[in-house]
Amino acid sequence: MATLRNAGSGAIVSEIAAVIVENRAYLSEIDGRIGDGDHGVNMAKGFSRAAERLAGRETSLAEALDALGQVLMSEIGGSMGPLYGMMFIETAEAIEDAETIDVAKFASMLRAGLAGVESVGAAKVGDKTMLDALVPAVETAEAAAAEGKDFPEALAATKQAAIDGRERTRDLVAKIGRASRLGERSKGVLDAGATSCSLIVGALADGIAARLDR
Amino acid sequence: MQRFVNNPDDIVDETVRGFVRAHAELVRLDPGNPRVVVSTAAPVEGKVGVVTGGGSGHEPAFIGYTGRNMVDAVAVGELFSSPTAKSFHDAIEASNGGAGVVVLYGNYAGDNMNVKMAQKLAAKAGIEVLTVVANDDVSSAPKDEREKRRGVAGEIFMWKVGGAKAASGASLAEVRDTAQKAIDACRSVGVGLAPCTLPAVGRPNFAIEPGKMEVGIGHHGEPGVAVEDLKPANEIADEMVRIVLDDHDLPAGTRVAVLVSGLGATPRNELYVLYDRIAAQIEARGLVLAKSYVGDYFTSLEMVGATLTVMALDEELEALLEVETACPGF
Repeated sequence: MATLRNAGSGAIVSEIAAVIVENRAYLSEIDGRIGDGDHGVNMAKGFSRAAERLAGRETSLAEALDALGQVLMSEIGGSMGPLYGMMFIETAEAIEDAETIDVAKFASMLRAGLAGVESVGAAKVGDKTMLDALVPAVETAEAAAAEGKDFPEALAATKQAAIDGRERTRDLVAKIGRASRLGERSKGVLDAGATSCSLIVGALADGIAARLDR
Repeated sequence: MQRFVNNPDDIVDETVRGFVRAHAELVRLDPGNPRVVVSTAAPVEGKVGVVTGGGSGHEPAFIGYTGRNMVDAVAVGELFSSPTAKSFHDAIEASNGGAGVVVLYGNYAGDNMNVKMAQKLAAKAGIEVLTVVANDDVSSAPKDEREKRRGVAGEIFMWKVGGAKAASGASLAEVRDTAQKAIDACRSVGVGLAPCTLPAVGRPNFAIEPGKMEVGIGHHGEPGVAVEDLKPANEIADEMVRIVLDDHDLPAGTRVAVLVSGLGATPRNELYVLYDRIAAQIEARGLVLAKSYVGDYFTSLEMVGATLTVMALDEELEALLEVETACPGF
């Protein structure tokens, strides 16, 4: 079975950060349609700060995820700071003692990240939030682990589940957060949080897939 | 709109720096966190600490209400974005005089999360924290879902009452209960005539067509109850009074405090035009105007518009409103 070595895989987090920074304007534009248009600005600020601190350091995936979570949590604020902060801190904690990460460990680290989000947020699936991308990703990873799928296949399916979840937010009415004030007017637009979440899950899956030991 | 701006990303830090420099006799920066503004009088040994916080762009809120007999420490967020849990926690620490701390804040998703996390951090540090969540904005949710309503300019009355109660030597529970009573006695409504722009985003964050107004608008441009044709000031004032008092249901003879705040770009004289009619309407309904505030108390960058807050007074609330305070915001 293919696995990822935890040690030395911290660069995956820098790759996730690069994807967020690349999509800064896009995320703000989506957010601007039903939110206040600063999602990309705040996300890029937090993720690039974390990437700067990780630059040139050899870290494990767990250490790098924790560093990202701590920056978001203590320096970004808004709703996204604590939500993504807790997600990354809990994801890191789930693998801090793991030498290698296999499909089952991957599923459990995503589940832990979801639990982190749920410990601070009050949203449910269908509320047009990041959970609409994250929950299907977690469930898909868990199903892949249960079915004994190989790791690359599980990673691809997880990434796709997050993308599909993001796409479904287009038809949802926002139930929580600033966009919820718009009611029906929030329909027809992607949710910015689900979009950034699908980018993160995708970059994480790609980063792991590129580093698997076979 | 043309702006006084350097790098848009530095606006909040520069605002806070200028603010503490200008009001050095009343406020200082927390030595460990440039996003926490602390009263020069705080912490007071044995006094309940009073904390608030929120996104920037609402000046003089929130930082302007830091001072003597008011808020002890304020957590400062990015423009229209909640402060971090760490900043709320540092504000709690800075205001802690050993008698516990109340955090009096508005009902926004980010603030709710960050305050909750700060409360946990404070508990670990042995500081008891109680909270009051303001929900005075009538248009932000129906009456039977009051817990969903946002906090707006009524927060100023909550801080004033909470700060005065804490200064009287009351216990943590008493300060919390009195601040809760204060915000429960408040109802607010906003009317927007033109939108505002986050400088880093560069375009208005919502639209109000020429000749229209958004009745019930929120402090970040959240849509209100109706988009209507712009009307003469008296008719707008009548509508604001109607929305607030229909929700409030106050018996004749009730003494009230009224606060009319500009949203940033409405001239003061227009606020007095509104106030003149508002005061007449309130008196015509048999209410007694005990205290009035007209000015820019809680703004939204350069939004054109105004908010009305009516607070029903009892003896205690009126006495606490009368307590002398020293802070940059009043």
